[in-house]
Amino acid sequence: MLRGKQTWEFENRPTIISTGITGGPFEAKGNLTATFDQLYNDLRLEQNSFEQAHQLLLESACQHALRKSNITKEAVQFLIAGDLINQITPTSFTARTYQIPYIGTFSACATSMESLALAANLINSNNANYVLTGSSSHNAAVEKQFRYPTEYGGQKPPTAQWTVTGAGVGLLANKGDGPKVTSATIGKVVDMGMTDPFNMGEAMAPAAIDTIATHLMDRGIDASYYDCIITGDLAEIGRSIALELAKQKNILLNTDTFLDCGLMLYKKDQQVFAGASGSGCSAVVTYGHLINQLNDKKLNKILVVATGALLSPLTVQQKQSIPCIAHAVSIENGGR
Amino acid sequence: MDNSPSTTKKSYQKIAQQQERKRPILKNCIYAFFFGGLICTIGQGISTFYMYFFDFTEQTVGNPTTATLIFITMLLTGFGVYDHIAQFAGAGTAVPVTGFGNAVISAAIEHRSEGFVQGVGGNMFKLAGSVILFGVFSAFVVALIKTILLEWGVI
Repeated sequence: MLRGKQTWEFENRPTIISTGITGGPFEAKGNLTATFDQLYNDLRLEQNSFEQAHQLLLESACQHALRKSNITKEAVQFLIAGDLINQITPTSFTARTYQIPYIGTFSACATSMESLALAANLINSNNANYVLTGSSSHNAAVEKQFRYPTEYGGQKPPTAQWTVTGAGVGLLANKGDGPKVTSATIGKVVDMGMTDPFNMGEAMAPAAIDTIATHLMDRGIDASYYDCIITGDLAEIGRSIALELAKQKNILLNTDTFLDCGLMLYKKDQQVFAGASGSGCSAVVTYGHLINQLNDKKLNKILVVATGALLSPLTVQQKQSIPCIAHAVSIENGGR
Repeated sequence: MDNSPSTTKKSYQKIAQQQERKRPILKNCIYAFFFGGLICTIGQGISTFYMYFFDFTEQTVGNPTTATLIFITMLLTGFGVYDHIAQFAGAGTAVPVTGFGNAVISAAIEHRSEGFVQGVGGNMFKLAGSVILFGVFSAFVVALIKTILLEWGVI
């Protein structure tokens, strides 16, 4: 049901009954290794190309989600997912493998929550019983497209971010045990005229705060309603800007409960500059660590605000500013 | 709660600038100086080696020295070491011929998956191509100026 300007509330409580998380070698040295279902030692995942490795990450994440739920892939009505690669081929090729009716999505690094919002909506409206949803990214495949060759010796500034190699997938159902998706806010595209592709956090922070503010107003709640508000990949710089913007908008965000997936995934001694990013970043942390915390009742109400920078290498070279978007999804134990 | 897009672009840029993390320019310069110097010292060592043990003179030793440095760069790039060194060394590894070598070699490795002709061949000079173009063009302009000045008897 539409609530306020741009928020859906899901009264039928779509449930995340299982998840699947995969990651690469750098993630295997990270902070949340215990939350992965499968970690690969080889960045290429023993495939012929990084793009095929990217696809395998998502395929095996889907496999783990299905295995843990005991639902066959034939019972799943839709696969809603996307990634950062041109024409979202890793996701579409995964859909080819699984033969599940497929809706491809793109909101850059906000794809995970765009997909989850759409999946929850389909379940809530009885248009599906089971929906598989998620997002993935692969460091080398994404760097190849957006930046320089993997082995190129370019010096990255401290504002740069590290693209996650990983896939996070959730299986949504109209019944069952697990955390419930209670609402979703679809964000507007916000562009504050930022142009530095090596400082995405700075470009994305206004979109995150815009969506959070709208979400809270649409639902008529305070930020303190949630145990945690978790942004996708603002990283250190974006997060501190977001806190500053929230203060200006009189949104009371607690620094202890305003977290960022990009700052949770890796250890402090791993050189990731400002933090992690990529469409796999929010997916891996949400479907892994955060869903575990909800299942263990350590958290009960969370709002995940995935942020995406909607740029392409072409628009950067043509000196266009970076438009950004943020989609928010609330996940709660037991519902409201 | 104020939900209008009241924060204008200009005031946002101010907020963003306060949180901006600057590149450590002084540290980068010092690292670049020493790493660049180290590479040049190695290059000088190779030159001396060739002149001492082989039939090269100071005029002819440049080419084999460059080739040797590029060969070493190729190994370091291929084994995935060069980009890690470059993150510290910055311009120190980018400016010498090793930086040029790395730009060509890394692109060649990266696009191997698209085949030899369209992949390696088509993308090898993706980064280094403009160095060649503008290098040759500026040499042409300088040569043109010199020729004109010589014709006029200025120099």
